[in-house]
Amino acid sequence: MSNIPEGLKYSKEHEWIRLEGNKATIGITDYAQDSLGDIVFVELPNIDDEFESDDVLGVVESVKAASDIYIPLSGKIVEINEELVDSPETINEDPYEKGWIVAIELSDTSQLADLLSKEDYEAFLEENA
Amino acid sequence: MTEPLIFELSRPGREGIQLPDNDVPAKAVNELLPADMLRQQELQLPETSELDTVRHFTRLSRMNYGVDVGFYPLGSCTMKYNPKICEDAANLPGFTRLHPYQPEETVQGALELMYQTQNYLAEITGMDAMSLQPAAGAHGELTGLLIIKAYLKSKGEKRNKVIVPDSAHGTNPATATLAGFDVVTVKSDLRGNVDVEALREEVDGNTAALMLTNPNTLGLFEENIVQIAEIVHDAGGLLYYDGANMNAIMGITSPGDMGFDVVHLNLHKTFSTPHGGGGPGSGPVGVKAELEPFLPKPLVIRDKEFYKLYYDLPLSIGKMRSFYASFGVVVKAYTYLISQGVVGLKSVSEHAVLNANYLMRRLAGHLNIPFDRTCMHEFVCNPRGLKENGVRTLDLAKRMLDYGYHPPTIYFPLIVEEVMMMEPTETENKETLDEFADNVVKILQEAVEDPEKVKAAPHDTPVGRLDEVTAARNPVLRYSKK
Repeated sequence: MSNIPEGLKYSKEHEWIRLEGNKATIGITDYAQDSLGDIVFVELPNIDDEFESDDVLGVVESVKAASDIYIPLSGKIVEINEELVDSPETINEDPYEKGWIVAIELSDTSQLADLLSKEDYEAFLEENA
Repeated sequence: MTEPLIFELSRPGREGIQLPDNDVPAKAVNELLPADMLRQQELQLPETSELDTVRHFTRLSRMNYGVDVGFYPLGSCTMKYNPKICEDAANLPGFTRLHPYQPEETVQGALELMYQTQNYLAEITGMDAMSLQPAAGAHGELTGLLIIKAYLKSKGEKRNKVIVPDSAHGTNPATATLAGFDVVTVKSDLRGNVDVEALREEVDGNTAALMLTNPNTLGLFEENIVQIAEIVHDAGGLLYYDGANMNAIMGITSPGDMGFDVVHLNLHKTFSTPHGGGGPGSGPVGVKAELEPFLPKPLVIRDKEFYKLYYDLPLSIGKMRSFYASFGVVVKAYTYLISQGVVGLKSVSEHAVLNANYLMRRLAGHLNIPFDRTCMHEFVCNPRGLKENGVRTLDLAKRMLDYGYHPPTIYFPLIVEEVMMMEPTETENKETLDEFADNVVKILQEAVEDPEKVKAAPHDTPVGRLDEVTAARNPVLRYSKK
């Protein structure tokens, strides 16, 4: 069973979201990193890039496949995890902490209602197992 | 490594060839090329004797694996056996000694062969015209989308959306992006078809094209293809056929009959020319009459009894490749076409589908078949309950190497977890399929009884499990002297 920590929000595209005020930190879930296998490359956006929710934010590439990372919320990129450029395996090792991908400044807080809770995401994974 | 690199065998001054004396006046290279184009360091060519060279490459060739050695069920790739008669034809001196700048009247035979191949392929695909130019499948896709773009532009339309299903070959969205379109994905339904309702929601006045493979990458026939074509055409979009899976339908149906407007074929799959290191490929593109003016030029045409290269196509997207396509590959495909004939090609597809269904049914009790339908020329399957042992599809594939097989495609299509995609092709006999099925069952047993053995496979190959992760993270792409 994959690790789904308390206190985070989730998306159906297997991203997690950590909210702090108007800032959201985004990464991919333990389930996502496990399905992808060893990650070998991460393509990140640039600081100040603006995205609408469900846009493609970047790409994670594993030995199996290249997969788009979708942004679950609209906003502007304020931080990127540059460590992933040299050490993409960080996502496999620590998806919820050191493996974070970007942080954004939210432009539409009403979208928060669309995110999944830990329980919702657990149920979503079971349903699709 | 059991065989050193040829560079490691090199010894200064050792020579394997003798060049004849120069019989034309010599000119220094710096008189011929500008200074900034001249190499500054010595070229590091290996220096070996003839015998060292022959032994090196003979040893490597004995480690090689190809369809001439054994079963190669690599899904989506149609690794069928390529009859040797095709090689014989391509080696005829009348073909091999041609020069691309020869006058047309001296290459009438070659042009006739290209003309006939264009026509045969157009007939098989239900298209009105065909260009042999594209170098391979993805290049054919790009050619096809550039044709669609030019056609839309000529009508004063600005459409920039290309729709692909979530089961599509990765080249489809990549091609659409390269051609300057925005890509939108539609999901598959529970039967493995394009979800028609989801498609209906996506198709609009901005839709340039839908790219589709039929049978799709799950090895399933798109049952709603007529309806799909209507939805796209009614909105003014076009249908692009990715011909990777043409081996399933020759002489039975055609992309033209299904409503497609543009098609690419892979001669190196369906039409039995070598690929996978034995290439080059060839990806002819066919179109319906309305799109013909946009095909790459030149086309080969017949003017009374004279064949010529036709350049007078003002709306053409231009040249897609130097000279006149992979001509040697076209000779092989032409040979295959005429040696099979109409009846033979239909029988190829019937046997390709029969073999895939037979193998699927042989394995059905042992592997999970996520879409339990009659398949076309290939099928997808995945292992059940092996995750507890830590055995993954990758491990099963590696273990197949020990049994002397090229493994099936794994982890594609992306929408099926831990997937294997098997395409036996029409050229395998029942005994080969039975033996393969028995060995797959044996490997699945090993995965339960001795998972460590499977996870450490392969054991009997010249090199063991390669570290694919390090190779991808820190690739060393060039030899450098230690």
